Amino acid sequence: MEEGPGIVIAGAGHAGGSAAAFLRQYGWKGPITLVGEEPLLPYQRPPLSKAWLKREATADNLALRPERFYTQHRIATRLGTRVAAIDRAARRLALSDGTTLPYDRLILATGASPRRLGLSGDAFSGVLALRTAADADALADVLLPGRRLAIIGGGYIGLEVAASARALGASAVVIEREPRVLARVAGHALSGFLEARHRAEGVELLLEAAVETIEGEAGAAAAVRLIDGRRIPCDAVLVGIGAVPNDALAADCGLEAGGGITVDLAARTSDPLIHAIGDCTRRPLPLYGREARLESVPNAIEQAKQAAADICGRPPPVPEVPWFWSDQYDLRLQIAGLAFDPAEAVVRGAPESGSFAVFHLAADHRVLAVEAVNAPAEFMAGRILVSKQRQVAPQLLHDAALPLKDLAI
Amino acid sequence: MPQVTYIEHNGTEHRIELEAGKSVMQGAIDNGIPGIDADCGGECACATCHVYVDEAWLAKCGTAGEQEASMLSFAATAEPNSRLSCQITMAPELDGLVVRMPEAQH
Repeated sequence: MEEGPGIVIAGAGHAGGSAAAFLRQYGWKGPITLVGEEPLLPYQRPPLSKAWLKREATADNLALRPERFYTQHRIATRLGTRVAAIDRAARRLALSDGTTLPYDRLILATGASPRRLGLSGDAFSGVLALRTAADADALADVLLPGRRLAIIGGGYIGLEVAASARALGASAVVIEREPRVLARVAGHALSGFLEARHRAEGVELLLEAAVETIEGEAGAAAAVRLIDGRRIPCDAVLVGIGAVPNDALAADCGLEAGGGITVDLAARTSDPLIHAIGDCTRRPLPLYGREARLESVPNAIEQAKQAAADICGRPPPVPEVPWFWSDQYDLRLQIAGLAFDPAEAVVRGAPESGSFAVFHLAADHRVLAVEAVNAPAEFMAGRILVSKQRQVAPQLLHDAALPLKDLAI
Repeated sequence: MPQVTYIEHNGTEHRIELEAGKSVMQGAIDNGIPGIDADCGGECACATCHVYVDEAWLAKCGTAGEQEASMLSFAATAEPNSRLSCQITMAPELDGLVVRMPEAQH
């Protein structure tokens, strides 16, 4: 039998790399080609703001899999180039290096890009974002003892980098537009706890602070100017204000997209020959009866499994509870579920002890999400409660003397 | 180089060489062995690299730390010989280690 062009995966991040591996695990025998814009084989991004920045990890640690994996499993790689256009009728891709690549099936794993400020001063040198290993290297170069980093955005990236900056002896000022850090993604209790900890570590937090512009000297960022007139002198600026999905490639060829490529629970797009996975997608969340974009490694892996299973004709993987983690100082944050329209937040354990969890409940006491700080048991229990859509009386969750196991299992 | 044998839930065996210092989880990922998901990449944050350590090797693997034990206590299929494979570091004395995978990691 003649071998066709096989499967092309556009994007060699965590999602794309995982899809290639799952396709082989699930028995796909035909060709697989992984096209990646970065010069690197798939690697883990989460350490970029932490261990990699602190130079505690090597390139080997960072790589998702060693180079020999790709040769052993006959996964061809085209690195340093990206898919520029999709001709769906001809099933052919135009690559940015001027070549074309045919496909039988296509998996879009194009990821997301850091949102830009869109202000004057955006283009000064020293205005950095954090998405790729190259970005992290540029950031590491400025995080030296005594240097001053201004961080625009009090989200996970901003807070993790602030913690790393302090560990490296650099100063960090976090500038957040909202009245609290992690305003979009965490509850009030967790935000307040983290604000106190960051301040105790010497991070300056400016809340409800809107940026007017970045000021430069000789082409390099020198200060962040706020709308209220305050001026934050700095040696570099990290912009961590979220990410936008790379869905233009899909939209341009007529696939359904809008705030992410629209996919179903098998990661199928509106073209039966094209799947999409990871940060670039907008996906159904069956536990919550809505759609959303999930920027996380667990989501990238789950959708990689969905696509690979669908293509290989295997039963779909068991649906998972969305979850996230973050490390800041000696704090391990683990979050399961999404607190859409929460009616009540129940704290279990004492935040001042450094180990506690916040359960977010719907009006009917259904557990929507748990935020656990140095509390792995609460995280695991919460994940189970969310997946079972269990209704739990708030006082049972609040009383740390009652074992969670009885509630969760 | 020390060897590890991974046995899938369906009985399929995979024997690989794993250099000392690497985790048993990484060995599975690097070799494309099914049954270990490792969502978090080895941070002991997700409990998706759960394995059963063959009884003969249990003591040599050491004991689970507090975080690991806590997470394992909620794994639906946990047994007394359960470990998170990201927390087992390969060493010369573990040459020949045998681990089995649960039916699913979720």
